[in-house]
Amino acid sequence: MSDSGSIASLDWRGGNGTAVGDLVLRRALVLDPRAGIDGTYDVVVRDGEIAELADPGRAEPPSPAAGGEGELIEAEGRAVFPAFFDPHVHLRTPGDEDEEDLETGTRAAAAGGYCGILAMANTQPPVETAADIRALRERAADDASVPTGFLACVTRGMEGEELAEMAELHDAGAAGFSDDGLPISNARVLRRALQYQRLVGAQIALHEEDHDLSRPAGAHQPHLGGAMHEGPVSAALGLAGIPSVAESTMIARDAALAAYEAARIHVQHLSARESVEAVAAAKQAGVEITCEATPHHLTLTDEAVRSLDARFKMNPPLRSEDDRQALIDGLRSGVIDCVATDHAPHSVDEKEVPFEEAAMGVTGLETAFCVLHTDLVLPGVLELAVLVDRMSAGAAPFGLELPSLAPGNEANLVLFDPEAEWEAGAEGWESRSHNSCFAGRALRGRVLMTVVAGRVAYRQRSFAMGVA
Amino acid sequence: MRNLLAIADLERSDIERITDRAEGFAEVGRRDIKKVPTLRGRTIINLFYESSTRTSSSFELAAKRLSADVVTVKAAGSSIDKGESLKDTIATLSAYGPEAIVIRSPHAGAAELVARWSDAAVINAGDGKHEHPSQALLDVYTLRRRLGTLEGKRIWIVGDVLHSRVARSNVLAFGAMGAEVTVCGPPTLIPRGFETALGCRVSYDLAGLGEADVVYALRMQRERMRESFVPSIREYAAQYQIDSRRLGSRQLLMHPGPVNRGIELSPEVIDGPQSLIAEQVESGLVVRMAILYELLAGGRPRAGARVGDPDQLPGPTPIKEPA
Repeated sequence: MSDSGSIASLDWRGGNGTAVGDLVLRRALVLDPRAGIDGTYDVVVRDGEIAELADPGRAEPPSPAAGGEGELIEAEGRAVFPAFFDPHVHLRTPGDEDEEDLETGTRAAAAGGYCGILAMANTQPPVETAADIRALRERAADDASVPTGFLACVTRGMEGEELAEMAELHDAGAAGFSDDGLPISNARVLRRALQYQRLVGAQIALHEEDHDLSRPAGAHQPHLGGAMHEGPVSAALGLAGIPSVAESTMIARDAALAAYEAARIHVQHLSARESVEAVAAAKQAGVEITCEATPHHLTLTDEAVRSLDARFKMNPPLRSEDDRQALIDGLRSGVIDCVATDHAPHSVDEKEVPFEEAAMGVTGLETAFCVLHTDLVLPGVLELAVLVDRMSAGAAPFGLELPSLAPGNEANLVLFDPEAEWEAGAEGWESRSHNSCFAGRALRGRVLMTVVAGRVAYRQRSFAMGVA
Repeated sequence: MRNLLAIADLERSDIERITDRAEGFAEVGRRDIKKVPTLRGRTIINLFYESSTRTSSSFELAAKRLSADVVTVKAAGSSIDKGESLKDTIATLSAYGPEAIVIRSPHAGAAELVARWSDAAVINAGDGKHEHPSQALLDVYTLRRRLGTLEGKRIWIVGDVLHSRVARSNVLAFGAMGAEVTVCGPPTLIPRGFETALGCRVSYDLAGLGEADVVYALRMQRERMRESFVPSIREYAAQYQIDSRRLGSRQLLMHPGPVNRGIELSPEVIDGPQSLIAEQVESGLVVRMAILYELLAGGRPRAGARVGDPDQLPGPTPIKEPA
């Protein structure tokens, strides 16, 4: 895989090159802040590309092309954005297909408005050989509704001791490297990986957590690890805490290593104010560092854990309101480059247990944009244009072209109804797992359609019936 | 009251009502036949995922004195040992139609989950390091008997606060009854944010202990040394042990048991005249009778039974409302 590929060059079902009909979205509110587009246009999609942004009502009706009928959609009052890109998804394949697989996970992504995702390597067993990567890519070509890239482990078996064969993995098509789920605790090992990046070239994404700090009972009792953010709520509940500094001190260490080795790193799922400050300082010092934040860390706090409902258990944990505000500020200022969901499906059996015993992780693909639109954009906390940018900016750290609505670009777009009101999960989920921390939430704004390289990857059910 | 899950859920009036009623049940223990028919025909299941002597035996005895049918299930030797999930265990036990489930679990929130999954009244007999409400109620009862009121009293809770569910429930219960609570212990064993979270004072040394009306010592486990919370048990005892030198003559001493003699308490104060430790155990029985009465007396409908069901069991025979 080249290091400046288009998103659609990742593996997916639509990557077979068959032609599709034209698509015209009439009188849509088109917003692409990176391309400087903000106005009402007829969006014309032809041969997989944005062919034209015509004045409203002026576009030619769609012409049937080989292999498909053209489609005209009246999009008045509806918005068109560049489709989203999620650099942090767990597809649980191979090993835990009862929780998610390539088909269900990418359907969930398409339903959330995503035109591409990156899958993490902490499967059972972990993705650590070229054969693993090739097998997943083949499966994705058959099963994936949206382009999917697969990361490989940085270290063999994610044990943090020996490097995986990164060069061969990259040649086989690994979209990047990460031991996500676990930190690379040993600084020497991470330093070697960063040195080796000069040969391999691919991004290294880091789960930052100092286990000595996040597992309060000590390394000899990993099962007694922290269950939530350390603060007044954990003190009241008697749950072992994961302090913010368990994350931020590792970010500071790894930024220093990246600076020393002139390497680039991507920091996953920031959760704490100290972490935002550590990344800001590193960026200020010229380190090639990017980072992401999740919708749940941007909208929820550890107060939600008072319920002891395991749907609110994830790693890193929900932190304080002050941390949440720092994340929002970071997203606004650009210290935080992008939104990533850390979509982490878990079976009911792993969640319907006491909080301390429950698995860490929440699903997020299907609600990400709508939750942030409802909780941050509508109350005026975050500008819509900023959110739209950050929803797809996660492609850049992994060397992928950002989706753009400027004519001539790959047609990766999402049709969004800003007025639609719906309840998360009320009509079921595309994901095989239901461990959403937003289930039951009333949301405003809904993804109606996701288009990837000119192909319709998703249509919301009632919308599909309305236009049929 | 439907369940007893946490002191955090209770109002002062709830605590007063339960401890007042316990006073009435104390009389039953002085009879020749220590039994009343209040909960005849009711089934109570004690489900203990952790070892316990006093909590489990006193809940069992409390149920028996109220004439309920009681069965105690312990994790060791049961299907829990064979890997059955909590949810499946509750489904199984619910098939017996219990009116109440008393649960002790090593995990915070376990009792709340049981309450969600079962129609029975659920009593939290200790969930992880979270809460132990029946202990707090018996401690309030013990102190009210001795002091009349907790209003304005100064209570120091000394020891391993971090790992103590008793500390959490008692800070809340004593505070609700108007006492001024200070927790004291090594800085490594007091959780960050504890003052804000629970509304008490924090002290890292015993210098101010003289102000206390009541000194409540917590268990200090030897394994804390291995986890480097304290350099040694010897140093812990030197800094925090309550002994006859530190305990003033007008101060009362409490401990939830079991005591580590010579660690958190010196032997002479355990058996000394200021010690309420034996009284606490006695109180445990009557307060747990009062808790069962609170949740079960008064015609709680059987799980799944509809009002007017011909086969519905008759309500419990009322006894004279205790004074």
